[in-house]
Amino acid sequence: MTRIIVSKSVQETISAGKRLGALLGAGDFLALTGELGAGKTQFAKGIAEGLGVDPATPITSPTYTLLNIYPGRVPFYHFDLYRLQGSEDLLDLGFEEYFHGDGVCLVEWAERLEETLPEDHLLITMSHDGDDCRTLSFTPSGSRGEELAGLLMSDHK
Amino acid sequence: MLSTPFPFMLLLSIESSCDETAASVVRDGRDILSSIVASQISIHADYGGVVPEIASRKHLEAISLVIEEALRTAGVSLPAIEGIAVTRGPGLAGALLVGISTAKALAYGLNIPVAGVNHIESHILAVKLERDVAFPFIALAVSGGHTHLYEVHGIGRYRTIGQTLDDAAGEAFDKVAKLLGLPYPGGALIDRLAADGDPRAVKLPRPLMHDDTCNFSFSGLKTAVLNYVKKNPSVAEGAALHNICASFQSAVCDVLVSKTRAAVLRSGIRRVVVAGGVACNSGVRREMAAFADKEGAELFIPSPSLCSDNAAMLAVPGDYYLSGRAVAGFDLDALPVWPLDAISSPEGP
Repeated sequence: MTRIIVSKSVQETISAGKRLGALLGAGDFLALTGELGAGKTQFAKGIAEGLGVDPATPITSPTYTLLNIYPGRVPFYHFDLYRLQGSEDLLDLGFEEYFHGDGVCLVEWAERLEETLPEDHLLITMSHDGDDCRTLSFTPSGSRGEELAGLLMSDHK
Repeated sequence: MLSTPFPFMLLLSIESSCDETAASVVRDGRDILSSIVASQISIHADYGGVVPEIASRKHLEAISLVIEEALRTAGVSLPAIEGIAVTRGPGLAGALLVGISTAKALAYGLNIPVAGVNHIESHILAVKLERDVAFPFIALAVSGGHTHLYEVHGIGRYRTIGQTLDDAAGEAFDKVAKLLGLPYPGGALIDRLAADGDPRAVKLPRPLMHDDTCNFSFSGLKTAVLNYVKKNPSVAEGAALHNICASFQSAVCDVLVSKTRAAVLRSGIRRVVVAGGVACNSGVRREMAAFADKEGAELFIPSPSLCSDNAAMLAVPGDYYLSGRAVAGFDLDALPVWPLDAISSPEGP
C-alpha cells in the first residue's frame, strides 16, 4: 500500500527524511525517484540527519561523484544514478556490493537500477507540485519495506 | 642547475578518480611532454574510436592504452620514467584502484617511487604548470562535483574556507541545461547561448550570497529555473532561451565572485586561482577578471585543457612529494573520501 506525505516546504521535506532516517538500520534500502528539482537531495539531507551524520557535514549532491559516503550510526551510502545509462554501468561500478552491507543505501534515480533493485526496499517517489510544494509517496516492497512504511506513518500522525 | 625547487625528474602521472582515464608525462614538475585524456581522443582504430565513460571496468580497458599513448606522444620509453604520481582520492574506490594498482605495478617493475596525490589538490595546483603563482593564494575549485574555496599556504597545506551545501556549480549548469531541453551535459552550451542573451531578463535568486560564510548553494537556483520554465513553457526557444541562459549564468557568476571576494577580504590573501571544469566558462573568466581588476587582486586561471580533468596536473604535487617528503609504500590504497584539510604536511597549514 502506498502512503503519501505532502510537504509544503524544504524544511518539511527534510523533516520527513529525518523521521525515516531515525528508523533505519544496516541493510536498509531506499529507492528514490522524481524529476529534476523534486527535492531528492533535500530529502537525503533529512535521512542523514536521522542517521546521526554530523550536522556540520554538508550532504551534497552525488550526481557527479556517483556515491557519497558518510559516517553515522551506521554508514550512509548516498548514490545518484542520474548519469548512468543502465544497469550494466551499475554492475561495472560494483555498487551492488554496498546493497546488502553494513549501512543504509539511498539511491537517487533508482528507476535505473532495473533488475538490480533489491527485492526488499522502500520506494519513495517525489513530485514537484509548483513552488515549494512536494508530494512524497512511499511504496514498500518486502517485509522490511512494509515495516518501515508502517513505522513512518504511525510516527507521522 | 641546483636552484630548481624540484629535482629533475621525468614523471608519469595517472588519473582515474571518476569519469576520465588520463595519463601524462611531465618533466621537472613543469614541462608537459604529453597529456592524454581517454574521452578526448580516439585511441587507435582498433579501439573503435570511442572510449566509454564512468565505470571502473572502462578505466581498466582504457588505462594501458592511455599510458602507452602518453609515453609515445612524449617520445619517452617506459624505463626512462623516474617516478609515478597517481590520484588516490577522492573518487570511486573501484575507479581509483585501477589507477593505483597500475601505478604500483609499474613502480615495482621499474623500481621507482610512487606518490599518491589528491584530485582536488592537483586541480588547484595545475596553474603552476603555466604560471609562477606564489603561496599563499585563495583557490576556487569549481566543477561538476566540487564548489569549494580554500586557502592554499603551500603544497600539502590547505584549509577549506567554504563549500557548496548542495549542488556543485557545474552540476547546476548541466541540470539547468536539461530543464531547458538542451542536450546533457549542456553546461558549455549554456555559456554559448548566454552570449546573446540579456542577463537581467529573468530575475533569479543568488542563494546565500549575502550570508556571512564562504559557503555556496545552487539547488534553489536550479529550482527557481524549474519554476520559471513551468510558468513560461515558451522559454526554451528563441531570444527567451538566450535570456534565461544569460540570467542563470549571471546568477552563478555573481555568487562565485561574491564568495571569492569574501574569502579575499577575510584572509587578506590577494592572489586568486580558479580551477576545475567550470573555470572554462567564459562568464566566470570575465567576471572573475573584473573582480580582480576592481579589488587589485592577482588572478590566475589555467588553460582550459588544464581546467577539465587531466593527468598533467598531478605532476605539481607529485613532483613535490616524490622529492623525498612523501613517497608511498606499495600498500598505497584508495581514499574515496579525502578532504584537502586531511592531507598531512610536515609544516601543517
